[in-house]
Amino acid sequence: MIKSYKLRRILSNTFIYVLLAVLGLIWISPLAYMLIHSFRADGGAFYSHILPQPDKNGVTYTFQNYVDLFTKADNTANFPQWFANTFVIAIFSCVISTLAVLMVSYAFSRLRFKARKPMINIGMILGMFPGFMTMIAIYYLLKAMGILAWHHYALIICYSAGAGLGYQISKGFFDTIPRALDEAATIDGATRNQIFWKIILPMSKPILVYTILTSFIGPWTDFILAKIIVGAQGQQYYTVAIGLQIFIDQEHKAKYFKQFLAGSVVVAVPISALFLFLQRYYVEGVTAGGVKG
Amino acid sequence: MKYIDYVQLNLFQKIWYNLSNFFVKLPGNLKKIGCAIGRFFKKAGIGIGKGFAGYIARFVKGDWATKFSYIIMGFGNMVKGQFIKGLLFLATEVAFIWFMVVFGWDKIYNLGFFNNGYIGFNAEDYWVGRVHYSADKSMILLLYGVMSLIIIALFIVIYVTSTKSAYKIQQDVAAGEKPKSFKEDIQELMDDKFHVTLLAFPTLTISVFTILPLLFMILIAFTNYDQSHEFFKWVGFETFASIFTSSGAASKGATFAELTKWTLIWAVLATVLNYILGMIVALMINKKGIKLKSLWRTLFVVTVAVPQFVSLLLMSQMLDFNNGAINLVLQELGLIGSPIDFLGNANPWVARLTVVIVNIWVGIPYTILITSGILMNIPADLYESATIDGAGPARSFFSITLPYMLFVTTPYLITTFIGNINNFNVIYLLCGTAQQSNDLYHAGYTDLLVTWLFNLTNVEGDYNLAAAIGILVFIVCATVSLLTFNLTKSAKNEEEFS
Repeated sequence: MIKSYKLRRILSNTFIYVLLAVLGLIWISPLAYMLIHSFRADGGAFYSHILPQPDKNGVTYTFQNYVDLFTKADNTANFPQWFANTFVIAIFSCVISTLAVLMVSYAFSRLRFKARKPMINIGMILGMFPGFMTMIAIYYLLKAMGILAWHHYALIICYSAGAGLGYQISKGFFDTIPRALDEAATIDGATRNQIFWKIILPMSKPILVYTILTSFIGPWTDFILAKIIVGAQGQQYYTVAIGLQIFIDQEHKAKYFKQFLAGSVVVAVPISALFLFLQRYYVEGVTAGGVKG
Repeated sequence: MKYIDYVQLNLFQKIWYNLSNFFVKLPGNLKKIGCAIGRFFKKAGIGIGKGFAGYIARFVKGDWATKFSYIIMGFGNMVKGQFIKGLLFLATEVAFIWFMVVFGWDKIYNLGFFNNGYIGFNAEDYWVGRVHYSADKSMILLLYGVMSLIIIALFIVIYVTSTKSAYKIQQDVAAGEKPKSFKEDIQELMDDKFHVTLLAFPTLTISVFTILPLLFMILIAFTNYDQSHEFFKWVGFETFASIFTSSGAASKGATFAELTKWTLIWAVLATVLNYILGMIVALMINKKGIKLKSLWRTLFVVTVAVPQFVSLLLMSQMLDFNNGAINLVLQELGLIGSPIDFLGNANPWVARLTVVIVNIWVGIPYTILITSGILMNIPADLYESATIDGAGPARSFFSITLPYMLFVTTPYLITTFIGNINNFNVIYLLCGTAQQSNDLYHAGYTDLLVTWLFNLTNVEGDYNLAAAIGILVFIVCATVSLLTFNLTKSAKNEEEFS
């Protein structure tokens, strides 16, 4: 037993530093691998070195993968187009879903009407069905309605139509805003519409940012639904997620693996930056609405 | 057991006590849920009955204009001054009749209630169906049928509302009040009836793009729509029966049992490990005297920020049998002689372990993000007095941190558990569909029920089996969350803050 309190603290802190360093290294290494190898000049998919080696011209690191990614559009790869597609989809579905989520959660949190409880319960029940069960039905539905012919724009509908069901977190947040504010405003003659825009929304910045953030990131990261809806159509309608996966299927892996890495970096960097920048809001959003004693 | 006895138990006795308590109470709780469902239907039945009685009563008490409104919607409103509102009701009725004549009746007929259960029997689909061409076609027939039923239900709601409205205006006029103008109605939608304005659009889109597909898939579970059906027809509970009764290698029943077992193991492991390990890392980062806190946090949190399909596809490449980076590192360090087939089908438990470990890599940063703030809220003097009483870090963790956190984050844990039962991304992106085993029915050993379901619909075309599995997964998730959620406080004091 070590007697000195100070020595014990130094020892335990050193131990924690070492552990954190090792764990941090493990956590970051796949991403570091992705970053380093996206600049690799040498080799293709099956590369038997951990760090890049010089290729036959003596070049180790190059920007060529990124240049190829953005300039060489062929029958398989069309990254600029995919990027633009995803961007448009993300913007539209972000606006629509944010509105839908806020509207539903405000109604459920602040307004009292007969159908409120049943609707909340229905929302909860709907959320418990596995989403993958209905995807194929959504495909047939879009086909029957002729929306499938809108190509990737059909995805905007897929992402924003059900958005209202994600009301729980922001409803939880709205619940924490004192109702006395509403009552005071009502006495002053404000309508419920005005209360929503002028009192509740300005007070809900964290949840607003959280909702916008998650609904904007959604289309960049969704892969399954996008593949079902536009996977069978031409590659000019793909989103980045489908496109990147095409890069590493058995057929194209040898040729496009480095471009896959470069493309992953291009997608991951802005989203990570956005996320790290807005992290505080994310945490506030989740903990305010989702965690209660 | 009294509280004073409970406090004196050690951790494992406490866990054992809680667990056994849970199972002792389980039948009672299940019964409660059953009763609640029964009450729900009773209430719904009474509600419909009351609605119908009111509908009749309004007709009896109504004057001629109100009575006429039962046939021509909105007539009462138009006669008594609410012209635009009445016209809107009338337009709805005309549109509905047009829809039924041109489209709806035929589609409902095709649902097969009048055809010994053959769906689309009288359409050309019957002949195409013989040669298995009509996958899309009979699906769409069923879909249109369900759609028509929903439209009829919506119309009935509007119809009853219109009769109410006609009776209301009759009463208003009788009481000498001026009927509300259309403008006033609109203004009301911004205030007293603001919920209608807010919810109308989301409800519509959710009905069409969530409820309709869901009803459709639920109905599919009761048809014979698999990859080799000849005629599309209703078969009742046959599909469910085949899940529970068939046995033997590669049968549906054996596969379901195997995958259910693994799904539950996976969900428990993924939830508990991520929760506890993540909290330990968060505690280390937030410990007094540790510098560079934001650097450590960022190191972990960056992996949350990178889209999952990117990091997981990358992981699947790094775990590759041929020259995957992880095999290379391990070989270079001399830890293994030949490469390990991490995700292959040869050794199911290696693959399962790999998936769990990768999931820890994915999940711990989330736990750090969520719990850091709450951990900081635990009063520091609790830890100080524990240290003075001679408690080590492990003891403080299990006696102070864990109980406190469990108390605060139960809802989060439940949603995480449900999320893990449906955790599609990790399994699908890591293992793909290429890892199927011959011992299972179109599934691999790492497949969860949801990935199996996905595979069955999108690759194999066994829609009825997939839909039945979806319903069973729903029943499991719903029971788990009802059992646990109703026990926590947060469900009850929703109004606590108001």
